[in-house]
Amino acid sequence: MKPARFAYEAPTELEAALALLSDDLVDARVIAGGQSLVPMMNFRLAVPELLVDLNRIAALRYVRVDGGTLRIGAGARQAELLRDPAIEAGWPLLTAGVRHIGHPQIRSRGTVCGSLAHHDPVAELPALAVALDATMTVAGPSGRRRIPAADFFVSYYESDVQPGEILVEAAFPPVEADTGWGFAEIARRRGDFALVGAAGLVRAGADGRVAAARLVLFGVAERPLRATAAEQALVGSDGGEDVLARVRELVAEAVDPVADGHATAEYRREAAAHLAAEVAADAWGRTR
Amino acid sequence: MSEDPRLVRLTVNGVEHAAEAEPRLLLSDFLRHRLGLTGTHVGCEHGVCGACTVLVDGAPTRACLMFAVQAEGSSVTTIEGLAPDGDALHPVQQAFHEQHAMQCGFCTPGFVLSTVALLEEKPDADDDELLDALSGNLCRCTGYRNIIAAARQAREGMKAGE
Repeated sequence: MKPARFAYEAPTELEAALALLSDDLVDARVIAGGQSLVPMMNFRLAVPELLVDLNRIAALRYVRVDGGTLRIGAGARQAELLRDPAIEAGWPLLTAGVRHIGHPQIRSRGTVCGSLAHHDPVAELPALAVALDATMTVAGPSGRRRIPAADFFVSYYESDVQPGEILVEAAFPPVEADTGWGFAEIARRRGDFALVGAAGLVRAGADGRVAAARLVLFGVAERPLRATAAEQALVGSDGGEDVLARVRELVAEAVDPVADGHATAEYRREAAAHLAAEVAADAWGRTR
Repeated sequence: MSEDPRLVRLTVNGVEHAAEAEPRLLLSDFLRHRLGLTGTHVGCEHGVCGACTVLVDGAPTRACLMFAVQAEGSSVTTIEGLAPDGDALHPVQQAFHEQHAMQCGFCTPGFVLSTVALLEEKPDADDDELLDALSGNLCRCTGYRNIIAAARQAREGMKAGE
């Protein structure tokens, strides 16, 4: 299908893009990769009056490691993360998760910040941002705001980017030493959105036991869900089968997924429990 | 702020073009209807089937998920650009021919360009990367076995410098 008419501007400066978004009476949308927005426009689920294209803003096109922090500008494509061995070495959970996003044709155009701002609750990047404790920088008419990933994702397709604002950067802090990672998702076909997924980080202490753990589930709630009770169970444990069984129980208790045409709530609950234990085990295994 | 058509200048298959497009015109329709390059096929028009895959500045891209105005200044390669003289086929096209990697042929341009994009970036792609590269293209005839065989043959052939 074809999108409805819209006006189009492709400014070369961020300030000009913000100025275009400043008129409350114009239903404007920001486009970067467009890999979620254009399908919605083709279906006319989205009918913006004005598209503000970020692709000509050279200052937003960067991926760089800066003082140990990975900084990803709003113009950076998902595929760019997979081309730099330094990113894979420093943030292997991020690159493992990004490989699950769509297909090469999607990743070559889709942007990291676009996926974060769009916040599809079954998408990989929001969960990865929560797991890796990313910080989002949003630019608006009154300056910049920095928002931790834990507060950034509000509900289905809703992030903390307000009308008139643009997500300009996602920053991923360094991952602590002795930390292993795990990522798993269940999708019907390669490249599909996940039915349920999980991302995990586990840090080993000097005593050979789990010193810290972070487990994030997606596809089970309106936003990425930290499995805090399961994380607490892991800390201090030997990462063995007993604690993994406990992780499965705690995650099954913690999640309250909804059913849809793709999977029942019960299926999602069981899948979440198993995936959480799987990524915890993988992460623990990668600490050694 | 305007919905009016504007001039889009871009290079397609090495030839510079300039044609009018209103902002809502998809790159796929621009290639087909403004430039007459009907080798780019339009299947689902929402980014699922991969039939409209073209290379934009070398990157495999779904032409139905990009507006023509966004391609201003870009270099686009379509299926017509792989064997411009019409005599020698591109090694990927040759492999698809030899392996009979097409039935109705509708999905073929997209599969060929996805394979070209992968092998140009990663000539030594392993089978898993090859499957990942092709996973974004659907063949409704379900002729996947021969498509994968052709992609493997093209990989070996391009490695050998054929």
